[in-house]
Parts: sequence; C-alpha cells; structure tokens
Amino acid sequence: MVGATAIVVVVLIATKGYQPAAQATANGLVSGTYFALGAVGLALVFGVLRLVNFAHGDFLTFGAYSALLANAFFNLPIIVATAIAVAATAVLAAILELAVWRPMRARRAGGLQLLLIAIGLAFVIRNGIQIAAGTEPRTLHVDITSAVSFLGGIRLAGIDTGRVIIATWLVAGALAGLAGVLVAAAVGVLTPQFGFQLLLSLFAATILGGIGNAYGALAGGLLLGLAQEWSTLFIDPRWKLAVGFAILILTLLIRPNGLLGRPALK
Amino acid sequence: MIPHLISIAPFGHLDFWLGVGIVAGIYAIFTLGLQLNVGFTGIVNLGQAGFMAIGAYAMAILIVNYGWSPWLALPVATLVAMLAGVIVGMPAVRLRGDYLAIATIAAAEIVQSTAQNAINLTGGNNGLLGFDAAWQTIQIWALGLLATIGLGQMDQIPLFALTWITFGALLVILFTLQHTPWGRVLRAIREDEDAAEALGKNAYAYKIQSLALAAAIGAIAGYLLALNITLIYPGTYSADFTFIGFAILVLGGLGSYSGVALGSILLWFVLEGARFIDLPLSADKVAALRLLIVGLVLVFIMALRPQGILGKREEMVLRG
Repeated sequence: MVGATAIVVVVLIATKGYQPAAQATANGLVSGTYFALGAVGLALVFGVLRLVNFAHGDFLTFGAYSALLANAFFNLPIIVATAIAVAATAVLAAILELAVWRPMRARRAGGLQLLLIAIGLAFVIRNGIQIAAGTEPRTLHVDITSAVSFLGGIRLAGIDTGRVIIATWLVAGALAGLAGVLVAAAVGVLTPQFGFQLLLSLFAATILGGIGNAYGALAGGLLLGLAQEWSTLFIDPRWKLAVGFAILILTLLIRPNGLLGRPALK
Repeated sequence: MIPHLISIAPFGHLDFWLGVGIVAGIYAIFTLGLQLNVGFTGIVNLGQAGFMAIGAYAMAILIVNYGWSPWLALPVATLVAMLAGVIVGMPAVRLRGDYLAIATIAAAEIVQSTAQNAINLTGGNNGLLGFDAAWQTIQIWALGLLATIGLGQMDQIPLFALTWITFGALLVILFTLQHTPWGRVLRAIREDEDAAEALGKNAYAYKIQSLALAAAIGAIAGYLLALNITLIYPGTYSADFTFIGFAILVLGGLGSYSGVALGSILLWFVLEGARFIDLPLSADKVAALRLLIVGLVLVFIMALRPQGILGKREEMVLRG
C-alpha cells in the first residue's frame, strides 16, 4: 500500500511537475488527517457495536462549535478551547450512549431502527447547533500543533474507565471533537452543515480501511484525502467530493471489506 | 350563501393550507417509493432524493434544452430514473443492509454534485426554468373553470388536485401490485431472502425491480415538486428530502401504503402549523427547528413505537 502510494507520487511528479504534485499531496495530507481522525471514531463504534453512526459527522460540528464558543465568546486560549471541544464531544457521545444506545440494545432494537435513530440524532444535533449559533459562516483561529497533544491524554482517560463501550464512545467523541477543530482550522470557515457534509467522506475512509478497523480507518482517511486532492490535478476541483463518493462506491463493489479489511466480514 | 360575507382571512388561510397540502402530497408520493423499498422489500434506500432529482432534471433538460414535448419528456424521464435505479441497484442490492444504505446515499450525493457542477446541462446552482408552459396552460384553464363556481382566486387548487389524484392513482397501483404474485415474492424476500431463493425466486432481480419502481415514483414526485416551485435547482433534492421521507414513513408505519398519506399530512401539519406560533427566531432558525422536529420524530418513533402510528407489528421486519 505504502509502495503503491509512493509510485503514484513519483508518477504525479513526473507528469504534472514537482510544484503542483507536492501542493496537492500536502493538501491531501491535511484533509486526510481530519478524515482519518473522524473515521477512526466511526470505525471504533462500528467495530464494537456494529452501529453505523450517522450522527458522527455532527459530532465534528459539535466539537468545532464548542471550541468556537470557548475561544470566541469566553476568550479562552485556543489550546484550552480545543481541550474543551474534545471533552465536550466525548461527553456528548457518552450521554447519547447512556440515554439512547444502551436502552435500545436492551430492547434488542433492529438494524433499521438503530440506523434511523442515528439519522434522527444527526438532525437534532445539527439543527440544535444551527438554532443556537445561526447559519452564518464562522471562523476559528487555531494553532493546529497545540491541539494534537491532547489526543493521547483523552485516549488514556477513556480506557481507564474499564467499560469498553463507554470508553469507545468517549474516544470516538473525543477524536471527532478534535477532528472538528482541525477541519475548522484547515478549511477556515465553518457552518452547522459541515459535519454532515463530511460524513460520507468519513464513511468512505472507514470502508476503504475495512469497516470496524480503527487502524484501517486512519490509513483510509489519508488515502481518501490524497486521492481527492490528486484528482484535482486532472479534473476540476469542484468534482473532488464526487470523486470521494465514487471511491466509496467502487470500494464497496470491488473490495467490500476494504483495502486492509479482513475477508468475509458478514 | 352570500359571498361578500365570507371574510378574506380564512380564504387566505385556506390557500396557505392548500399549499401545505401540495407539499404533503408530494412528500407522500415520494415516500410511497420508500415504502415499497423499505417496508415491502427490506432494502434501505437512502438515495431516493437522487432518483427524484434525476427524473426532474431529465424532464426539464429534455423540454428546455432539447425542445421536447412534455408529453414525450415525462415518460422518457421516468424511464431515465428507472434506469438509474437499475444502475445503482445492480451493485448495491448485493450489499448488506448498512452498506446498501451508504452506497445509495453516496449515489444520491454524486447526483447532487453533478447537478451543481455540470453547469451546461443543469444550470448549476441557478437551476432550470421554463419547463412548465404546458402546465401553466392547463392551470389557467382549470382556474377558469373554478372561477365559474366562485373559486377562481384559489390558485393552489389545480396543483393540489393533480398531486393528490396522482397519489391516489399510485396508491391503487401499488396496492394492486402488493396482491399480485410479484408483490408476494417481494414480501417473501423481505421476510426471509434465503427461503425465497430456495423456492426458485431470484431475489436479486426482484430487489432491482423494486428499486427501479421506487425511482420512477420518486421521479413523479420530482415533477410535481418542480411544478410547485417552478424551478429545478440542486438544493431542493438534498439528502434531507430523503430523511424527511423516512420520518413520514415511520410515522405512518412500515408496511402500510395508506399510512404514508397519514404520516405526511401529520408531519407537514405540525411543521407548517409551527408558523402560527410566534417564535422569536429568524427564518433560518425556524427552518432548523423544523428539521430538529423531524429528527425527534425519527428518534422517538423508532425508540418507542417502531411500527409507527398505524403500522402492524407483524410487518415490522428490522434487519440487523
């Protein structure tokens, strides 16, 4: 996989020139990083609970707006705001586990029920944010490097609880919160819709890496980011989202267990 | 009755509620397709808005860009939507439930992206205009008829009638199909796909047929939506349309075609009735509040009464 990626980079440099190829690769690594962080949480939840969490994209939105609230309205330094965003999103995920998902498992809810509940929660989170914050695009001034160091601490805190499912949600939520802040930093503007608009890309990354496989999701996210940005060397950048969805569908068709997935996951 | 004693206000309200009725009818038609897929075949089609968009755009492109007669464009556009259903269905229905849901929504997002970006064909975000000349003629004629009975100022009546007559016709067709051998095989596949296969039924082909038929129904909803807003643009066909359809579906109950009408009327009565409550919110926040209500409907119905208001427990097959 790494070898194949390296070959693509060499070919791109040879055909498109060093400067554009390097720029696209750098852009792809940036978007690939937040795809990866978002997708890991999605994969963890699927791996542990077999739940396709349609609300996961809106966890990213929640994280970004939490950071915005802390930073722009309470004037907290961005590093503290990021920590608050990570913690708040982890708490949101845990609350939903206790209030919704655990009772639904106890009732042995079916797959369609869980899917539609997740879609419903996505609507509630996204539109709740929209009612609170409005639709006007916002900006968050973030120093990315300071945010990343919080990742390790939250992961440990999650595992210490000893309760795997709660831990899963805490980690998934924390990573989503962090990913949300990173998106806000990288893209520059955020709206209440951005998390949901990212959701399919997160699905694509998760499926590329073999759904339910956290390390695969990391690799899948990076790969997706690179593929989308590389595609802009050949076709209009307006199509890069569609490229991501096409990769998603192709992966489902050709390798439904992902590029790194174990075979025969049924 | 003496006409001038009737005040204008309730007429204004009546016209408003007719408008709500048109929207509810369009969503009800749209959701009939979802009911066929989800309720009667057991395939979770999250891409219905994409099929609706393909039908509406194909109709408008044939009429506006190629000068076709609407009477030829409508059936051809419906076939185009069905073809899209087959193309998406051929790979997608082989996938497990969750993956199928993701694949269909991804296909719909590609349609949305194409509508936004293939500007020469679709007009991009400005959309397409001028596909409804034939309907305008019919509408003027119908309003002339209505004027003879004193209802000439109620200009929503023709589209309201067209929408609900279409719904009724589709309801009859789907109800009839449900009681044919074809409909029984669909339900057998939903209940137990392996058993249906063992009886020599090709579940794969039946599922694709179900998806293609739902796509055609979605296209019909798309035509009516286009007539209602006299413009076709990408934002109208977002994934939210499909999710609102799912809220209607679960309100009315899985496995009930007539429940779809009830669910749609109920949901839109609540969503539009909220306008009469004086909320200290801006327009975009009211829009968000409406979608928040849709989300709550999905969560609470699925958590507390998954068979819906009218649904039957025994029709409630929820695949894991």
